[in-house]
Amino acid sequence: MSEMLIKNATVYDPINNINGDMMDIAVKDGKIVDSVGGSAQTIDAGGRLVYPGGVDAHTHIAGSKVNVGRIMRPDDSRLNNKPRTKVTRPRTGYTVPNVYSMGYGYAEMGYTTAFEAAVPILKARHTHEELEEIPIIDKAGLTLFGSNWMVMDAIREDDLDRLAAYVAWGLLASRGWGIKIVNPGGGEAWGFGKNVSGLDDPVPNFEVTPRQIVKQLAEANEKLNLPHSIHLHCNNLGKPGNYETTLATFDVCKDIKSKRDRQSLHVTHVQFNAWGGNHWGDFESKSEPIADYLNKNDFLTIDMGQLVFGSATTMTADGPVQYANARLLKARWSNGDVELEDSSGVTPLEYHPQSYIHGIMWAIGLELALLTKDPWQVLMTTDHPNGGPYVNYPMVMTMLMSQKRREKEMAKIAELTFERTSIAGIDRELDWYDIAIKTRAAHAKVQGIIELGKGHLGVGADADIAIYDIKPDETDATMEFDKVEAAFRHAAYTIKGGEIVVKDGEITAVPKGRTYWVKATAPADGHERMMEDLKMKFKKYYSVNMANYMVQDEYVEHPVVFETGYQ
Amino acid sequence: MIIKDVLCPFCGCLCDDLTVEVENNKVVDVKHACKIGTSKIMGHDRIKAPMMRDDKNGEFREVSYDEAINESAKILANSKRPLLYGWASGVCEMMKKGVLLNEEVGGIIDNTASVCHGPSALGVHEKGLPTGTLGQFANRTDLVVFWGCNPVQAHPRHMSRYSVFNKGFFTTKGRKSRKVVVFDVRKTDTAEMADEYVQVNPGEDYMVISALRAVVADKADVIPDSVGGVPKEKLVELGEAMKGAKYGMVYFGMGLTQSRGKYKNIDNAVSLITELNAHGKHSILPMRGHYNVTGFGQVCAWETGFANAVDMSRGIPYYNPGETCSNDLLMREEIDSAMIIAGDAGAHFPAQSIARMSKVPVIQVDPFHNPTTEMANIVIPTKVSGVELEGTAYRMDSVSLRMRKLVDVDFPSDEEVLDKIIAKVREIKGASS
Ligand code: SF4
Repeated sequence: MSEMLIKNATVYDPINNINGDMMDIAVKDGKIVDSVGGSAQTIDAGGRLVYPGGVDAHTHIAGSKVNVGRIMRPDDSRLNNKPRTKVTRPRTGYTVPNVYSMGYGYAEMGYTTAFEAAVPILKARHTHEELEEIPIIDKAGLTLFGSNWMVMDAIREDDLDRLAAYVAWGLLASRGWGIKIVNPGGGEAWGFGKNVSGLDDPVPNFEVTPRQIVKQLAEANEKLNLPHSIHLHCNNLGKPGNYETTLATFDVCKDIKSKRDRQSLHVTHVQFNAWGGNHWGDFESKSEPIADYLNKNDFLTIDMGQLVFGSATTMTADGPVQYANARLLKARWSNGDVELEDSSGVTPLEYHPQSYIHGIMWAIGLELALLTKDPWQVLMTTDHPNGGPYVNYPMVMTMLMSQKRREKEMAKIAELTFERTSIAGIDRELDWYDIAIKTRAAHAKVQGIIELGKGHLGVGADADIAIYDIKPDETDATMEFDKVEAAFRHAAYTIKGGEIVVKDGEITAVPKGRTYWVKATAPADGHERMMEDLKMKFKKYYSVNMANYMVQDEYVEHPVVFETGYQ
Repeated sequence: MIIKDVLCPFCGCLCDDLTVEVENNKVVDVKHACKIGTSKIMGHDRIKAPMMRDDKNGEFREVSYDEAINESAKILANSKRPLLYGWASGVCEMMKKGVLLNEEVGGIIDNTASVCHGPSALGVHEKGLPTGTLGQFANRTDLVVFWGCNPVQAHPRHMSRYSVFNKGFFTTKGRKSRKVVVFDVRKTDTAEMADEYVQVNPGEDYMVISALRAVVADKADVIPDSVGGVPKEKLVELGEAMKGAKYGMVYFGMGLTQSRGKYKNIDNAVSLITELNAHGKHSILPMRGHYNVTGFGQVCAWETGFANAVDMSRGIPYYNPGETCSNDLLMREEIDSAMIIAGDAGAHFPAQSIARMSKVPVIQVDPFHNPTTEMANIVIPTKVSGVELEGTAYRMDSVSLRMRKLVDVDFPSDEEVLDKIIAKVREIKGASS
């Protein structure tokens, strides 16, 4: 394959401690190398900003709930439409773009990897069908385990080996990357229209608690030595006062020792879980105690779930929360119960700056990122499309970099917001290095894909590179935020695996991306006990046969298998 | 050779527990399938070779695949308003190619839901769809409503596998665990097996649903003595039963989607379900006909943003049912050619649409002879998916499964035919631009 040399790049590569150094980057056969020959294709970055390709550790880009969003919202599919070009297919949609737009949109912003954050095993085949159709970017899916009958039965019987064996099997069956837990136990309770109220509220009919589910899945995660930690959406999401549950949930994993150089707990879209007050009337931000906890503890990471004003399509495996949302907002509601496994819901909504509730939510996301000292602990996301579509990342990046930009936004927001939050008093402004952490390096670390060559530009890494049309040493990001946002919105170049896929913000090539999944071995006796239980469940309770359940190889055309094992 | 865990390529139940015996590359026995499923897998009259005729009154003559494919590509590439219709009894892999072909020719792609559950999609646009997987219902439902559908005839194993007779985790007594209610204008075989049959006056389902919503909202006093032919006391009793269910389930069919009120019936039914969820758990599911009609909606949605009736003449996907569905276009005489693939327009379209189709060149891609063949100028036979070809299909509850191949044949697959047509269309369009 080809060789490439990017000259005069101002590079920020936090994983390799490179902080704005002017350097050249050599690429050969899709990987970063020390040097290349004289005939290599040359790109003169001319001192412009160069980052590793962006990584999104938590987004909803594929699968049944995303497609339900599309089917339910033809209004959304009428937005942002673009005809095909010589290389691209037609694009539709803003909050729930079609598969092509999904891939092009990420690539245009210099992103090259994304993790679909909620995959029910029974519907994993569908998820992979869509993932395969998303062009350019590499991807992976996190498998839902938090309300699964196999999981809860093993936990009730205190059989950690059997639990771990099932997790290993579930990851294989779904071709999944890690353990996702959504509203632990709540998905099962929602099977009869109920919910769980907190960590110690038993799951109806299963005699286990959310606390046990979180703790034992976290232990199984380490036993299996998985690349990612558990990925947790806490109980009581979307309810005023839920920050207490969130803090208590953090504590559940305090003593879990991580086997790898990563967190032992990742809590996702914490903006939706850092809420104070007893009801919507006295709703307020509780980002301070959350950030305080993060500042004192390094075993966990979170992502923001930043709100973006305008249209959103909320979608989550948290079935009961979606019903509550739909009723509150008198909005369209789709529900998706999945037998023996989980639930889900989809509801469109609009975030208004004039609503103090939405204003406070907006503030909380930013506060979490700005009040937490270590930039590696808080990833930038919008929980696409729950807090807002991912195409708004460039705007969120400027909000983090510029107090002036935040003030501009605050001028539009309901007054009451500022009595109930601390955002107006925060003067922290992140720099180019911090942004590289928050949008790629920390995502790769949290997901455990650094060793796969993602999220950095060290020798041997994938040649996933973003060049932005902005010179860090000549640009004051705190003042020139419009310029910065424009640069982040349309990369001058996005290079994916050594190939130029975006030039001057336009898609130039559409290679197929790869799919990462984990193959883990489990202890033999645990596996045997697990299989006995699993066969019984298929025979009696599943509506499909075991032989037709597992995702076949045909659905993952470009797999990268991460092998690991029980210890 | 015995092949186990085979999927049935007939109805939306997509049963996946069939055992098929194959001898000398021929299916000789099918176990566990219902009659209609068995008959499809056992096979019957196939179109043997590609055929063409210049004028629809003339006779077909056998031609080569290349000739039929090149001629089809010419017709589509030179049309201003080609319609690509059908897509229900094929695998998802070919549907993706269909969406691509539609981009190439700037046509309209539409599937059989257009004359079936299309209105359900409009109801979903208005209100969403609270639903779940069939196993969820099998394990939990204690109240089952069939509204305007007749599974005994159309989905013969639905009641035993998923909805009525089966035992589940919370429904250990099978049939005895559930109350079954049928709303229909006539007493179908399904109604015969129900605990309650509620006869609704034709076209008055909307009002009956509204009355049930009133009961659920504790506003029974506004209901007149009789609604849609159903006495008030019955409506109150049924509304209260729904409210009291632990897990209530409504399955609905074309009696609701294609009768007076159309999508408004679905809109109203979804509202009823949403409101009921404040009491117990409730879901609703359309009883989809062809085994993969659901798959087309899924594929088309992820590829174009819209589940059906996508017009590419503007260069971007455009969707507006009432304007861009097959029959809208045929009735307005806009269509100047049609490809009917994996679906039978000839048997299901209104006479006026058929009249228009009889005036334009029609290409049929299908394994079987059917009423569409009578209108076709070109006929291209293909493999029977799920018997002669493996690939993906979506069950009526949107669970996708992989269909198996049971026997080998020399016919090309739909996907291969579409690939060749696309290549030829590109060649023609490239040469003319
Ligand atoms: S019920 Fe439907 S899918 Fe099942 S065997 Fe009969 S025709 Fe086939």
